[in-house]
Amino acid sequence: MPLLDQTACEVRDALRRGDLTAVEATDACLAAIERLEPRVHAFASTGADAARARAARVDRRRRAGEDVGLLAGLPVAVKDNMASADGLPTACGSNILRTWHAPYNAHVVERLLAEGAVIVGKTNMDEFAMGSSTEHSCFGPTRNPWDVERVPGGSSGGSAAAVAARMVPAALGSDTGGSIRQPAGLCSVVGLKPTYGRVSRYGLVAFASSLDQIGPLTRTVGDAALLLQVVAGHDPRDSTSAPESDAPVPDYLAALEEPVEPLRIGVPKEFFGEGLDAEVERLVREAVAVYEGLGAEVIEVDLPHATDYAIATYYIVAPSEASSNLARYDGVHYGHRASEAADMIDMVMRSRSEGFGDEVKRRIMLGTFALSSGYYDAYYKKALKVRRLVRQDFDAAFERVDCIMGPTSPTPAFRLGERLDDPLAMYLSDLFTVGASMAAIAGVSVPAGFTEAGLPVGLQILSGVFTEDRLLRIARMLERETNLAGRRPPVCEEPA
Amino acid sequence: MSAAEPIPTIGMEVHLHLATRTKMFCPCEVHYEDPPNDQAPPNTYVCPVCLGMPGVLPVMNERAVELAVRMAIGLDCDLPEFAKWDRKHYYYPDLPKNYQISEYDEPLGLGGRLDVELEGRSFRVGITRVHLEEDAGKLVHAEDGSNVSVVDLNRTGTPLLEIVSEPDIHSAREARAYGEALRQLAVYLGVGRCNMQLGQMRFEPNISLKIGEGAGGSPRYTPITEIKNLNSFRSLERACDFEIRRHRDELAADPEGYTLERLGKSTRGWNDDRGVSFLQRSKEEAHDYRYFPEPDLVPLAPEREWVEKVQASVPELPADRRRRFVEAYGLPESDAGVLTADRDVADFFEELARHVAMVARGQIPGPKDAKTAANWMMQDVMRALNERNVPIGELGVTPAALAEAVALVEKGAISRATGTEVFAKMLETGKSAAEIVEEENLAQTSDAGELETVVDEVIAENPDAARQFADGVDKAVGRLIGLAKKKTGGKANPKVVRELLVRKLRG
Repeated sequence: MPLLDQTACEVRDALRRGDLTAVEATDACLAAIERLEPRVHAFASTGADAARARAARVDRRRRAGEDVGLLAGLPVAVKDNMASADGLPTACGSNILRTWHAPYNAHVVERLLAEGAVIVGKTNMDEFAMGSSTEHSCFGPTRNPWDVERVPGGSSGGSAAAVAARMVPAALGSDTGGSIRQPAGLCSVVGLKPTYGRVSRYGLVAFASSLDQIGPLTRTVGDAALLLQVVAGHDPRDSTSAPESDAPVPDYLAALEEPVEPLRIGVPKEFFGEGLDAEVERLVREAVAVYEGLGAEVIEVDLPHATDYAIATYYIVAPSEASSNLARYDGVHYGHRASEAADMIDMVMRSRSEGFGDEVKRRIMLGTFALSSGYYDAYYKKALKVRRLVRQDFDAAFERVDCIMGPTSPTPAFRLGERLDDPLAMYLSDLFTVGASMAAIAGVSVPAGFTEAGLPVGLQILSGVFTEDRLLRIARMLERETNLAGRRPPVCEEPA
Repeated sequence: MSAAEPIPTIGMEVHLHLATRTKMFCPCEVHYEDPPNDQAPPNTYVCPVCLGMPGVLPVMNERAVELAVRMAIGLDCDLPEFAKWDRKHYYYPDLPKNYQISEYDEPLGLGGRLDVELEGRSFRVGITRVHLEEDAGKLVHAEDGSNVSVVDLNRTGTPLLEIVSEPDIHSAREARAYGEALRQLAVYLGVGRCNMQLGQMRFEPNISLKIGEGAGGSPRYTPITEIKNLNSFRSLERACDFEIRRHRDELAADPEGYTLERLGKSTRGWNDDRGVSFLQRSKEEAHDYRYFPEPDLVPLAPEREWVEKVQASVPELPADRRRRFVEAYGLPESDAGVLTADRDVADFFEELARHVAMVARGQIPGPKDAKTAANWMMQDVMRALNERNVPIGELGVTPAALAEAVALVEKGAISRATGTEVFAKMLETGKSAAEIVEEENLAQTSDAGELETVVDEVIAENPDAARQFADGVDKAVGRLIGLAKKKTGGKANPKVVRELLVRKLRG
């Protein structure tokens, strides 16, 4: 089997056995990137020389008999909003940071490097992770490997496309309102958003601090478990990361093959309402039926606040926090500075006007307004109250069921440009994913099938806080039955 | 409107740097002297966190919280079970994130008080709140007239305690006394060093005049003006004085229009060279700080046990100690005030009194020992501190060593005047009192047999004075004692000489 058709676990095992060197694995990725990147454009930047040098070092250390870590030699990609001091910029898809090189490594980058991973590049994304299509990037849009005229979803569209197109075996993305799960669904890969606090945010360029969470995008559930194992855990540099005493990190791979039995699946009618594409609905119901075939019990649950209310409040909370987090980009200390300015205020205004794209500006304005004196109580404070209701919905549901299932996204991948001028339509791409973000619970998107046009559809599975181990086992049950991970996207078949 | 004299009404916001080793939210070192951060080479005490780089997160400095809680306890504040961090937004290049992490509506200390002594009376200032925040950096504008400024972020993120008072201050002198009392308390508690020259304590008085009562009996005021960033007691007092006068003038010029409800609150700067305040920001230009809860930090919910531990670590407060010195030791108010102004001085005094008592009777100090010790503190130690301009810890003489000199005087081995001389030599040489008395041959003669000859000589040589004393003129004895001292090179114990004179001339 061609190297890049193998899963991350398989590549890692081959490296361990000595059937493959880290340099060979890295070269294969770099060659695939070179071949496919003109059509997919999944990367913001790649670092071939640094990756090869690092791979060679891993090989050398392995030959010397040293402990080279859980991922030793495995090529991976990280989203462009994760700080890395490896010579690559951390641009967040934004002109304002286009040339910014982080002087430090994000916690997740440190963890990857500590376990011997080889970072081959940083993946493209919607600017500051604001978007659902990876079109809002200063580097231009990423394309969906299943149909290059369509979007890969977003904002971690680069990571999803890179994994789907077999340019890298695994990648990290970040999810604020669905930015891992939605592109995973649209690209037929596995995308896991861990519980808020499971993975340290230190070094993740903040979009909405109370929602942002890092997670893996991989082709298989096992690979997601492997990557989560490496990045999960307490980090004293992130006060919101869960202490080991409250939430110990289990061995995610150990029990992965054990089905969850008995399994009670909650299906909320709110996830099957207006706006849901008929084919998506059919494929998702078929996936749920697969579980029923395995003996699971399907129970209807109510999540009255988890969709409409969740998305309305999400678009208060996330822009509010974003307007604050993005205040630092002023051209004073780093990043883009306007070349001409009359005075300090003019410099800040011009730098921000030139540096930010339209979607980012839109959200900064929304958030600034929502936090303004006289509006705070009516918007932000009220949104926090609704957020508690969303959480209560899920808490109540999880008293009756082990997980909740539904579509990851209301529609399959849409065409490039289709929703660019219609922000509300774009925002509704996150209709089913924001609930879990607002509730801070765990969620995963697993491939559920393909439409007749050949477009992927994802099944979203949600479970309670810090139950990623069980969530992954549930996801694995479907994966074992459908065996969709082996299907190659058309872009891989086309001649270069 | 009543015609009564307008009453100055002042509330104060005070900022002080906490004596932590590291910054509020990152591990960067904070130096408060030798040299302090903002006099070190620019941008050398910085890291990605305090530079506000993309992706960084703050981590709360526990020591800063402990010191803040200690100050809140010293100010008799309530300590809520829950306090939270908020972001306060404003754009300025010395604030790298363009927001400051502060505590907005749920601060760590609420509703305290401070009793302040001024000119023999005491007044109470209510404390509205005590909260923690991070300091900003420093902006240096080019002096060549170009429109270039450079940013130094060494000070950025220094833990800053803000103490907001109720408008219970009614004169410039009271404002100053409150500031001084607050500084004394902070230094006493080890909360901050409060070096004023280095900007480690800054005052922002909010000044207004109460101008009687309006309709419905509610008080009427002149507009509130907040004076920013005063960093000396002198400028605080002068600025308040100036502002009170300015308000009176404005009010006289426009008695109906110059009111709080019409003009609101404005912010003014202070030009210390010219001794005037100037308008910085009027009500219309007021900031909207867009406060919201800091999502990168967890709220502050200190456990009861921890709070109790901090409570137990709070030493006796200066006002309590002053009262104790007056009541237990019988010291005059003024002496007690001087001796408690500095915690180390007060400790030195009590240690000295203990040693004096031990040498005398081996007991705990009573009023007599305390008075003796206070006499030495006021006459000798305080003068030496002022002359040398050093803290008492660096004086070079311990309370035990000084007590030795005191004991020599008390038992008559040397005179009180010689005691002062011996103390000065101890400071100079570091030698013990006994050594100095021995080496310099300073011990006085108390041997009655030896002194009898001298006294006989003095009587023989001064028959007039001797007769006067014999006839009951007490003041004549001074001359006779003086002459006896002269004959012995100053060593004659005046007490023994006097006894001999009495026996010989009046016996």
